[in-house]
Amino acid sequence: MQKVAEIAQKRAIQLLNQGAVNRVLGWKKGEFPYDETPAVFASADELKDFVYDSFSSPNLSKYLIEESRKEGKVLAFLKPCDTYSFNQLIKEHRVNRENVYIIGIECGGMIDVVTLKNRGAVGLTGADDDGENITAHTLYGDVKVRKEEVLLEKCQACKGKKHVIYDELIIVNPQDEKPRDRFAGVEAIEAMTPQERFDFWRAQLSKCIRCNACRNICPACSCLQCVFDNPKSGVASKASPDTFEEQLYHIIRAFHVAGRCTDCGECSRVCPQDIPLHLLNRKFIKDMSAFYGEYKAGEDSETRPPLVDFSKDDVEPCIISDKGGDR
Amino acid sequence: MLKIKKSDLNKLYAAIAERQTLYIPCNVSGKVNYAVWGEGADVDLSTLKTVRSAKEVFFPQCEDIVSFKKEGKNISVKSDHKESEDFVVFGVRACDCRSFDILDRVFLSDPVDTFYKTKREHGTVITLACNRPEESCFCFAFGIDNAEPEGDIAAYFAGDYLYWSPKTEKGLNLTKTLNSLLLTATDKDNDALEKEQNNIRQTNERLPFYGLDLSVWGADGLLEKFNSEKWKELSEACVGCGACTFVCPTCQCYDVRDFDKGNGVQRYRCWDSCMYKDFTMMAHGTPRPTQMQRFRQRFMHKLVYYPSNNEGIFSCVGCGRCVEKCPIHMNIVKVIKAFGGEKNE
Amino acid sequence: MSVENKEFKPTIVAFCCNWCSYAGADLAGSGRMQYPADVKIIRVPCSCRVNPMFILRAFQRGADGVILCGCHPGDCHYSTGNYYTRRRMTMLFDFLDYLGIERGRTRVEWVSAAEGARFASVMNDFVKKVRDLGPNRKITDLRCKPVEKEGE
Repeated sequence: MQKVAEIAQKRAIQLLNQGAVNRVLGWKKGEFPYDETPAVFASADELKDFVYDSFSSPNLSKYLIEESRKEGKVLAFLKPCDTYSFNQLIKEHRVNRENVYIIGIECGGMIDVVTLKNRGAVGLTGADDDGENITAHTLYGDVKVRKEEVLLEKCQACKGKKHVIYDELIIVNPQDEKPRDRFAGVEAIEAMTPQERFDFWRAQLSKCIRCNACRNICPACSCLQCVFDNPKSGVASKASPDTFEEQLYHIIRAFHVAGRCTDCGECSRVCPQDIPLHLLNRKFIKDMSAFYGEYKAGEDSETRPPLVDFSKDDVEPCIISDKGGDR
Repeated sequence: MLKIKKSDLNKLYAAIAERQTLYIPCNVSGKVNYAVWGEGADVDLSTLKTVRSAKEVFFPQCEDIVSFKKEGKNISVKSDHKESEDFVVFGVRACDCRSFDILDRVFLSDPVDTFYKTKREHGTVITLACNRPEESCFCFAFGIDNAEPEGDIAAYFAGDYLYWSPKTEKGLNLTKTLNSLLLTATDKDNDALEKEQNNIRQTNERLPFYGLDLSVWGADGLLEKFNSEKWKELSEACVGCGACTFVCPTCQCYDVRDFDKGNGVQRYRCWDSCMYKDFTMMAHGTPRPTQMQRFRQRFMHKLVYYPSNNEGIFSCVGCGRCVEKCPIHMNIVKVIKAFGGEKNE
Repeated sequence: MSVENKEFKPTIVAFCCNWCSYAGADLAGSGRMQYPADVKIIRVPCSCRVNPMFILRAFQRGADGVILCGCHPGDCHYSTGNYYTRRRMTMLFDFLDYLGIERGRTRVEWVSAAEGARFASVMNDFVKKVRDLGPNRKITDLRCKPVEKEGE
């Protein structure tokens, strides 16, 4: 990983010096190994703080909505899953492709700091990643864990190591594609009884503090004004004074990104209360593929997403209402 | 100084809860937050930081203020203000406890916030020393001693015991009702406790933010900081969510909203965030149209405006929640340091 | 007055498209066909106008069931509106089911302007099914409950 970061940094400086791009979107070193911040670098000097390692989880595609509309070309480093988001944004005409030079960067999976801390790395001050294992340095001694076990949810269910859009690639260590089941979590909930499902979601959603982090980090949430921020909508409540509001916010948000959500997993990563929001989005992804044919948002930048498309022999909604069972 | 065996803590909780509502950090659905104690509650005092801070027991995220009801041609108005019942909040860390002072200066100064005041008067705060401070902690930068917390009663874990030291009238009154459970600490106990406290203070010195220095901050140099070029770069990545404000123990901004119930109107207040673009929205629009301005507002308020109105006291207690929870990891420490807030080591 | 003795009368919201289903409802009315008075009809220009938010808001404000009626697929006044409705509602209903909300509380039916009798029978059937489910407690806003219903 160290090597990838060096190559990326060098290449960024080169492109800046050539004048091919006038700024670079990447990750900036923080106070700890894990608190990297997305940043725009404008010079070789600023790029000294550029980092790329297993804590560079923020998806930079969201920033390109604004960055690509500014003057001049921006160089953006995108991980494989980030390229899906970018493609989807092209499809929705939210980014200006001409203004972005994409370097697809290899990804060996990103680490979830919360899980790492739950595994005993309390007081985390540093971490070494040898690809297989993570050695976390903490105030109270070292903790060694298998990397696979502390990956972010989005990496546990990795969509693949292929970049779907790029101008050039930086891949030093080709990663093996491991078959991963993205929908096991959804299936587990589907297998519950309605009351169990209700109790599960009530317990999870009642943790919500309505900080809107899930919405604001989401590349698919690109509305200039969200309905939940619009005082005229009658639902802009800023907080959830009632359990209904918790349901409303998350149902509408999941529905609004249905067909556009590339499952980049940022919502679950940023949730301060660790609500498994990906389970909401993946339900839509799973259903859409089941009912309307295999579809992966962001895989290309042309095809119509299922919810803005139709076919004359689509299934009728009564297949849900009439499913029978105990309800 | 009194003490109780760790294994007897459940009896202590039960004894408190028998008379008053007891709020205590509990693990609910995988996250530790303050919750009302009941039989079988999954109390978690080892997790240092609850996601939501302890302020929510005095200043809940949502609170009904007044309701209106239409009956024929009349509108009836009913205040939702109630006198609070006595309650206890247990396990408050030194930083969160100090945050109550900061909130007091806002809510208890004229005009007094009666909703807050009644809860403050009826709440007894039991603090807990931090045996294992974490990397994101920097309470010491604000003169807070995490080994010797304030509050009505201070509690400390050391060895097999929880030590208990009442500090105020309220604390003494509560202690009286628990006399049968609490033992008197011996000299040996006091030594053990002192050793533990020294341990904590030594750990503090090893913390990454130990060198944090706020001398460049405060009431002075307001315009110079306000006009600084640095805000643009610092706020560049901010996505404008409210995670930092909602986990913050000292953020006190709220919005007042009306909910149309169909048969009347419920007016309530709820936490608001200066990071939101509709914050302090007025008829003419928002006074801070860019995210940079909103970002600057948050930190200027904590580190400049508040101190200039409150004898130099910062409205940050160094709990480090925002350091851990920011989706893109921009936080108050990075801001403090960007303006030269680090001692040369 | 005891609550138990009172038969539960569900509140039903029916979104009806202007061109087919609303006319169908009209026909049912002028033909004096009986269907429960608890069905509250909201006329929409096309079934496709119904945003998932409408359905949730109906539940919030006290609906026990929500039914959406549009032209038969292929007969949409705007050619294709109801095809989109069909996909959206299939998705939404399955999602509500996933959240543990009774799937019998939501329904889509295609009712043409000529199907007055069908409109009445669809409503009768839906009201009966929702009545069997009982009051909606899982997706409703407690603040909106009428005071006298409290403690129900």
